[in-house]
This record gives sequence, structure tokens and C-alpha cells, in this order.
Amino acid sequence: MRFDIDIGKAVRAQGRRFDLAVRFAVDTERLALFGASGAGKSLTLQAIAGLLRPDRGRIAVDGDVWFDHARNIHRPPRDRRVGFVFQDYALFPHRTVEQNVAAARMSWYPSRLADDGQRKVASLLDAFGLHDVRRSYPEQLSGGQRQRTALARALAAEPRLLLLDEPFAALDAALRTKLRAELLDIQRRFAVPMILITHDADDLVQCADHVVTLREGRVAEGDAGA
Amino acid sequence: MDAALTPLLLTLKVAAWATLFAGLAGIAAGLLLAKTRFPGRDVVDALLLLPMVMPPTVLGYYLLVAFGRRSALGQWLETHLGIELIFTWQGAVAASAIVGFPLVFKAARTAIEAVDRNLENAGRTLGYGEWTVFTRVTLPLAWRGIVAGAMLAFARAIGEFGATLMVAGNIPGRTQTMSIAIYEAVHAGDDALANTLVLIASVVCVVLLVGASIALRRGQRNVQPL
Repeated sequence: MRFDIDIGKAVRAQGRRFDLAVRFAVDTERLALFGASGAGKSLTLQAIAGLLRPDRGRIAVDGDVWFDHARNIHRPPRDRRVGFVFQDYALFPHRTVEQNVAAARMSWYPSRLADDGQRKVASLLDAFGLHDVRRSYPEQLSGGQRQRTALARALAAEPRLLLLDEPFAALDAALRTKLRAELLDIQRRFAVPMILITHDADDLVQCADHVVTLREGRVAEGDAGA
Repeated sequence: MDAALTPLLLTLKVAAWATLFAGLAGIAAGLLLAKTRFPGRDVVDALLLLPMVMPPTVLGYYLLVAFGRRSALGQWLETHLGIELIFTWQGAVAASAIVGFPLVFKAARTAIEAVDRNLENAGRTLGYGEWTVFTRVTLPLAWRGIVAGAMLAFARAIGEFGATLMVAGNIPGRTQTMSIAIYEAVHAGDDALANTLVLIASVVCVVLLVGASIALRRGQRNVQPL
């Protein structure tokens, strides 16, 4: 998948000003945005997802323009078909694991899930080993189960791109190694391109084909790709 | 018994309608103030809370001026919608709704602001439009706070005296609510009626309180906070 990213955004928080000016062009199925916290990784990911509107620039994925300031294009998240796995997973606390996974496919109420939707949800629950906890609420899950639920929920929408915000940060070291392998396996099995952001160099070795390093809101020298 | 039953039923009718109107307006205003930034927002916020601190008789006087026969608004309502507010039970609904509105508004605003933005963003990346995000994510998670506010508004409506008396007056069987009937019974030296009414009012309030806490606990079981 080809990513053409060139975005700028001025963010003010607690009286401090942060200038994001990220520009890179790469063609890869597994991209990592790497950098310390506060380097602008999350903002970049949110801009790609459409959750944040940059002040200027352009975002194109496989030639599809998702954002173009000059042409006043800003496609809403629902039109970009990206799966997003949030750092804290952002599972809906008022819904069971099954309802969370079905969230993208529910019309109004869980019972109205169409047959193919039900099959899809059931197969995802099985694939992620969540069948036994499908009636549990997120707060009753372990860290690994939460992450699997978040992944299954994102994949249920059949996204063309999967975005992961520090997917392993909330887990302990032993679990991290295991879940890295799981994620890689899932990415291959579902054949979905992914961008993950991390501050952990170990993640890069296992999970990424291409790394873009961010430093203080900018792409570090020599990393901007072709 | 009729002398006691009529004001009770009227009071419940007025309070129910008032809570409905205050609830819808309170949720809408709470959503607006929680989610948007516009110049003069703080002023609007203060104005919306005004009915809570203003003396009910002053509020009633304003309503009288605003909706009276001689006002443009009052005439418009009467000729176009056939609604007359002065000396009618609909007037009592208007008075109670306005007095109760800030209670719902404040509760709704706080509850909506407390909903994790990431959860709403998760909905967006799952393909939800803004209305779906509101009905499927924000509203269910803020619901308990909103219901608590609505219950306060209902209780406030049952006890409403000053504004109601100014607008709807004291017409037995038509606009004489329980609070006003109690006042009149005491004034007329009808101790038996006063005792009956006070007993009923007390029982209704206790039932409401117990019912509310049971409903909230049920809600808590369904809505598991993270």
C-alpha cells in the first residue's frame, strides 16, 4: 500500500504550542511510526484516520485522496474504511465483547445483525479466542483479551487499512512478545496493510517492514522514503 | 378523596410533561455546550442556568409577560397552535419545565463531557456518522447522569409552587396542583384535607426516591464503567 503523507498542524495544549510537519512517501504493507512520546506519532495517525483535520497538506493512500487542504477535501473517518486500535483500546464499556466486535455491523440494535454479519462476528470471536468471553464486559477482560477484542472489532468492519496506536504499551513484557507474534499472524491472515506507532524499538524488529522515525513533530533525516 | 386525588393526578401529569420538555431541551443544550466552542459560550451557559437561581415568582412574572394575551408570543401561540398558557395546566407545564430545565441541562452537560472522546472516535472509525455516534456511544454512556438530572427535574416539578401560581393560577380541578392545594387547605383551616395531601406528597416523594435509586443501580449493572 502506498502512503503519500504531507501534513502540517499547529496544536496548542496547556499553553504550549506544538508544530506538526510530517512528510513521507512509502510503499509498504507494514509501516511503523517510531519516536519518543510527544514526537507527533499519535497526531499523524489520527490525521490518517480522519479524526484530526490538518491545517495544511495532503494525504493520499494508494492514490486515493483522503485529505487535500488545497482542494478542500477531508473525507470523514467512515468513508476512509480504516480500522483503528486505540492505545487504551477504547472498547465500549456498556457493550459485551460480542457486541463490541459486532459494533461496526450493527444497524440499530444487536439483535438486528444480518446473517452474514453474525457469521462474520462468530468467526472473528473464534479466530481471536474470544468465544468463551463473548458475553463478558471489557472491564472483566485481561489485557491480552482486550487487545484481541479491539483488533476483532476493527477487523469486523473489513478495513482496507489497520492503524494501531501503541498496541503493546499497556501490556507487560512477557505478553508483549506473544502478542507481537499474534498481530503479525493476523496481519498476514487478513492480508490487511497496517501502520503501527510505537516508542519501543523491539516492536520494529518483529512487526514492521518500513520505519518512519519522528522527532519533535518532524520526520528524522533520511527517513522520508522515496 | 376526590379533593385529594384531583390535585395529585394533575401534579403528576404536569410534572411528567414538564420533565419530558425539560429533558429534551436539556439534552440538546447540554450536547451543544459540551461539544461546541463559540463566542459567548460562557454567557449562554450562565443564562441557561438562570432559572435555577432566580426566584420562582420572578420567573413566573417573566412568563406572564412573555406569554400573556397582550404579548406577541402569547398571541402567536394562541392563534397558530391553539395553546393558551395563562391560567391553564399547559401553563403549569411551561413553568415547571423552565424551572426544571437547568437541572437536566447541567447534569447532561457534565455527563456528556465525561464520555471518553476516544470511545466516540472509535465509533467514527467503525463507520458511524455523528448522529450514530451520539445515539450509540455518547447517549448510552451519559444516560445515567441525564436520568439523574431528569429525576431531579421531576421532583422539582412536583414541588413547583411560585412560578406555577403566577402563570397558571389556582383554579381547583384545572390548575390547582398539589403544592397549591396544600397551601389553600391550610389557609382554609381544612386540616383533614391538608393532612391527606401532605401524606400523599410525602409517599410520592419517597416512592420516587426509592424507584430512582433502584433504576440507577439497574443501569449501573448494564452500563459497566471502565
